[in-house]
Amino acid sequence: MRGPDSVAPGRRSLGDRFYRPVTAACAAAIPLVLTMLAVYLLHGAWPVLSTHAGQLLTGSVWDVPRGQFGALPVIGGTLLSSLLALVLATPLALSVAILSAELAPRAVREPLTFLVNLLAAIPSVVYGLWGIYVLLPFLRRTVMPGLMLLPGSLFRGPAYGPSLLAATLLLAAMILPFIAGVSRDVLLAVPRAQREAALALGATRWEMIRDAVLPAARPGLFGGIMLGLGRALGETMAVTMVIGNRHALPSSLLDPTYTMASLLANEFAEASSATHLAALLAVATVLLALTLLVNVIARWLVARVERGASMPGRWA
Amino acid sequence: MTGLIWAGSIAALAPLVLIVGYILVNGIGQLTPSFLTHPPAPPGVRGGGVGNGVVGSLLLVAIAVTLGVPIGIGAGLYLAERRPSRLAAITRMLADVMSGLPSIVIGLFAWELVVRPTGHFSAWAGGVALALIVLPIVARATEEMVRLVPETITEAALALGFSRWRTAWQVVLRTALPGVTTAVLLALARVAGETAPLLFTAFGNPFWSVDPARPIAALPLQIYAYALSPYDEWRAQAWTGALVLLVLVAGIGFATRWVTRSRARLLAAVTPRVGRHEEPL
Repeated sequence: MRGPDSVAPGRRSLGDRFYRPVTAACAAAIPLVLTMLAVYLLHGAWPVLSTHAGQLLTGSVWDVPRGQFGALPVIGGTLLSSLLALVLATPLALSVAILSAELAPRAVREPLTFLVNLLAAIPSVVYGLWGIYVLLPFLRRTVMPGLMLLPGSLFRGPAYGPSLLAATLLLAAMILPFIAGVSRDVLLAVPRAQREAALALGATRWEMIRDAVLPAARPGLFGGIMLGLGRALGETMAVTMVIGNRHALPSSLLDPTYTMASLLANEFAEASSATHLAALLAVATVLLALTLLVNVIARWLVARVERGASMPGRWA
Repeated sequence: MTGLIWAGSIAALAPLVLIVGYILVNGIGQLTPSFLTHPPAPPGVRGGGVGNGVVGSLLLVAIAVTLGVPIGIGAGLYLAERRPSRLAAITRMLADVMSGLPSIVIGLFAWELVVRPTGHFSAWAGGVALALIVLPIVARATEEMVRLVPETITEAALALGFSRWRTAWQVVLRTALPGVTTAVLLALARVAGETAPLLFTAFGNPFWSVDPARPIAALPLQIYAYALSPYDEWRAQAWTGALVLLVLVAGIGFATRWVTRSRARLLAAVTPRVGRHEEPL
């Protein structure tokens, strides 16, 4: 494919002359669209970003008629719910990845991967429906009264149901298959020689995984976890349906709160004043910047392992 | 440790069993032919269904595929053929980043792009939003698949006097076709269930409409509206709608598995033994 372009210059057909420019234009569409996306959002958000950026990032009052747009609670709610979900999902996702890449009998690996993919394919709104009618009543009646008996302010009631806890649980279930999928690919990218060397030195199967595979895969696994974080930050429907949509930072896991994506989902279609619209677009810009940052770091980490650049000089 | 890993994996799959189980139990009761062919009934009236939502979803996905897939395939070809070039490197990175963007932000962009200038919600806007989700997925998958096509085949076609265009179309893409189809189907399954980018683009519509210039119903939007509604019969229909959506998405998933198998056979036939992917231990 990388041969000289001028194989038979005299006989190049019309379609041929257009081939390279057309495919290049298709490729260029991707950077173009992303640039446009950033510019449009920034432009739409500019009226608020240029005058009220401080209030947006540090204020906590969201009062549309009075023109007060403090987004701290939604930014905090987004970060809290995503990070907690990550803490919950990571060990389980890594278990699935190690099992399906290394430990499970060959006959189990493919069905396991298929089931994880199926979990990833369940639409967000379906998770949300299940969350409202199964998870929330269960939390309200069974889990939350139990948690409230524990000491400390982390589990202080009242037990409404819609809460940071509910959103965290649902988010964890949703990002788990993504983290598991990326981690599995990363583990499979660790060279076979690495494993064989460990086994030849007398390592057991688990020692081989712990001492030879996981250290080599570590940056990629971190990348996979960060990709999961990116998903969680932008997840909209399921979270909107169970988080309670209360514009305040939670003081306990049982408090309802709000996220940036949920705020957009709830208010954007009905935003009538220009300032309200600009404020929502400013929130979207913050969300975009956050997910861009997380995604770029994650991709860089994953690419490092898949290029094989992270082979350790010494084993940890 | 091994025991812990098994236990963790079983816990990880528990939500799948729970969610699918509840949807089957709660949804299958109202799943009748008329549910699939009728638009929603007003609250309090018996019957009604998601017929317009299914049709609307199909139309939205069709728009997304028509816009997103050709550009995605073109970009994928470029990325595979011009692997080391600077544009390719940047585009590859950005395509990965784009596929990780929150879908609600993509929806906002489609709103700025289509709804704001035209002044009203429309199926076009929803289709554009979904196309922007399809584009990076198809581009990256096409690149991966085209890179698996042995260079000897491409060179043989060029040596026989095939033009570059015909080589790409009739030799490279045809060999990579099952893989590309898989990617397109996976992208379809993903956008068929997307709700957030449609909230302020396609908007939803309780009536029959196939006019792409007007707001249109979509199955995920109907499930969302029903789930949050105060009427018991609508809530019950939300479960049935979810069942239909899940069957749709899983159906695409099974089609993908079938196509993937034929890809394995096709690639095995054309790939030389050297340089094949290493089997994991």
